[in-house]
Amino acid sequence: MADIRSYTMNFGPQHPAAHGVLRLVLEMEGETIRRADPHIGLLHRATEKLAESKPYNQSIGYMDRLDYVSMMCNEHGYVLAIEKLLGITPPRRAQYIRTMFDEITRILNHLMWLGAHGLDVGAMTVFLYCFREREDLMDVYEAVSGARMHATYYRPGGVYRDLPERMPQYDASRFRSDRDMKHLNAARQGSLLDFLDDFCERFPACVDDYETLLTDNRIWKQRLVGIGVVSPERALELGFTGPMLRGSGVEWDLRRKQPYEVYDELDFRIPVGTNGDCYDRYLVRIEEMRQSCEIVKQCIAWLRRNPGPVMLDDHKIVPPSREEMKDDMESMIHHFKLFTEGYSVPAGEAYAAVEAPKGEFGCYLISDGANKPYRLKVRAPGFTHLAAMDEMASGHMLADVVALIGTQDIVFGEIDR
Amino acid sequence: MTDALDGLLEHLRERFGDHVLSARRDLDELTIELRPAELIEVMTALRDEQPFRFEQLIDLCGVDYAAYGEGEWITEQASNAGFSRGVKGNSFARLGLTGIYGVDTIETNTGRRFAAVYHLLSVTHNHRLRVRVFCEDDNFPVVPSVIDVWAGVNWFEREAFDLYGLIFEGHPDLRRLLTDYGFIGHPFRKDFPLIGNVEVRYNEEKGRVVYEPVSIEPRVLVPRVVRQDSRYADADQPQEGADNG
Repeated sequence: MADIRSYTMNFGPQHPAAHGVLRLVLEMEGETIRRADPHIGLLHRATEKLAESKPYNQSIGYMDRLDYVSMMCNEHGYVLAIEKLLGITPPRRAQYIRTMFDEITRILNHLMWLGAHGLDVGAMTVFLYCFREREDLMDVYEAVSGARMHATYYRPGGVYRDLPERMPQYDASRFRSDRDMKHLNAARQGSLLDFLDDFCERFPACVDDYETLLTDNRIWKQRLVGIGVVSPERALELGFTGPMLRGSGVEWDLRRKQPYEVYDELDFRIPVGTNGDCYDRYLVRIEEMRQSCEIVKQCIAWLRRNPGPVMLDDHKIVPPSREEMKDDMESMIHHFKLFTEGYSVPAGEAYAAVEAPKGEFGCYLISDGANKPYRLKVRAPGFTHLAAMDEMASGHMLADVVALIGTQDIVFGEIDR
Repeated sequence: MTDALDGLLEHLRERFGDHVLSARRDLDELTIELRPAELIEVMTALRDEQPFRFEQLIDLCGVDYAAYGEGEWITEQASNAGFSRGVKGNSFARLGLTGIYGVDTIETNTGRRFAAVYHLLSVTHNHRLRVRVFCEDDNFPVVPSVIDVWAGVNWFEREAFDLYGLIFEGHPDLRRLLTDYGFIGHPFRKDFPLIGNVEVRYNEEKGRVVYEPVSIEPRVLVPRVVRQDSRYADADQPQEGADNG
């Protein structure tokens, strides 16, 4: 019998399936993995240390860049922690807008995950389909904040501005025929909410498309079923959250268990897996997209009925409008103080968590009463998931590592921070 | 929720007695402080015993309290040119300027400088708890590792070791996690400069990447100001306006 020697292999950091900059040192025996040692930190930017050197509001933009495929959910965790320390609650309309954008973000994230996961495992078409729908949601981000990805839209005390009355449309160009333009702008004739309404109408059919391509696909199932099985007890011990935990059959969702914003008023269901393998986690995330779509619909209906302020009217925290500044001395002073020094947050500590698409995204803030955080700790969901890579990958084949990276929904912005 | 938290606080006091150095409830969050010596014992009980059942360790982080409460705009006199523009020279609030921009080494050994903060979550009872442990020696901060209690703490402890230099006794694989291979120092300590100590570039003559001392100068755009805002003023210690500026 041939002697099989064990050897070490480098996977990444320059590997298309490494989702960014993961360096995995794999100890292999033939094609079986004995030990997987992820080397992370290649994208470490010391976000938490940078936040210590800036007034509170200036770090919101950094949060977008943590998990850069679920931007607004990260902002949400950070903003909630500040609000907790300040003891303020944003207006109802702002809470609904935040909830709606959290769910839009969840769809954005899951689309990115599905596309990338499919591509890793060898399904090219899903990637293209997913990006088609992502484009519409990116436009929603852009319409509301001016940026397609890094929105900096949530602020302590509400959201930066109200939803636009008019959805931006495509301009005529020599690369686009009139017929194409008419088609592209068909859903963009009304407000942002009209556009979203239209999106929610057609999105379930899109999810059906993805499922047609994957759910009963023989290759897809061969690659996912029975791979990376984690028992519910072990998932809890390892600190799993989000779809990784629910895929193992633990019904735990912060939106339901520790509701923030307006989740306790909304009607949605929490999908749970049974086997705890990659395929179950896939099914959980697919169902989450459908549920998110339902939540967005409910938010749209509420937002249509209830106009109102989207920011608190407390100029010690929230800057006054430009108009007020023009003829009010006090507003001028508030503006000057807020933008040169920021606001001081009372001394204390707070932990605020949101159910981000990847799991529990938490921000632990320590304030010593200054205008900058004393310590900010970002609890990124992907961090604990990747830490369990060794355990999940041992005994599997090399090709399964790719499926595992996919199922963990790894994004290095949040893991390396 | 309110009563549940008070009940938990009561259970904690009852069960652990002197082991709990302090237990507070702020902003609807419970925080207890423990000694490193009893950490493992208490944590195991927190995981296993019925009134607690903290199955998950959500987060562990290191904290450096060396510069707590220090501002850098402590000026009360106005000259005819107005108030001075913040403090000159080095301060911890300027994120610890050591190295070529002056040395501010921390020499006091208070035993209250480094802390490990644990965030626990009970899925069964749906409650959270924050546990803080201060390291007894600032120069060689040691905390026992809870890796046998929660397996998921592995990387969190490696991260705290990397960034703050906390030694987790009993951790099987305490390597650096986030910083570069061969990195020197613990970057999140308050006496580590924000701009770092070394910069990296490709040297064409040598044909390899070289490390050099940083060439940029540190700057502070917005000074750090600690204010007692009257709206949040503590009822016990009434403050007359802001303390400066």
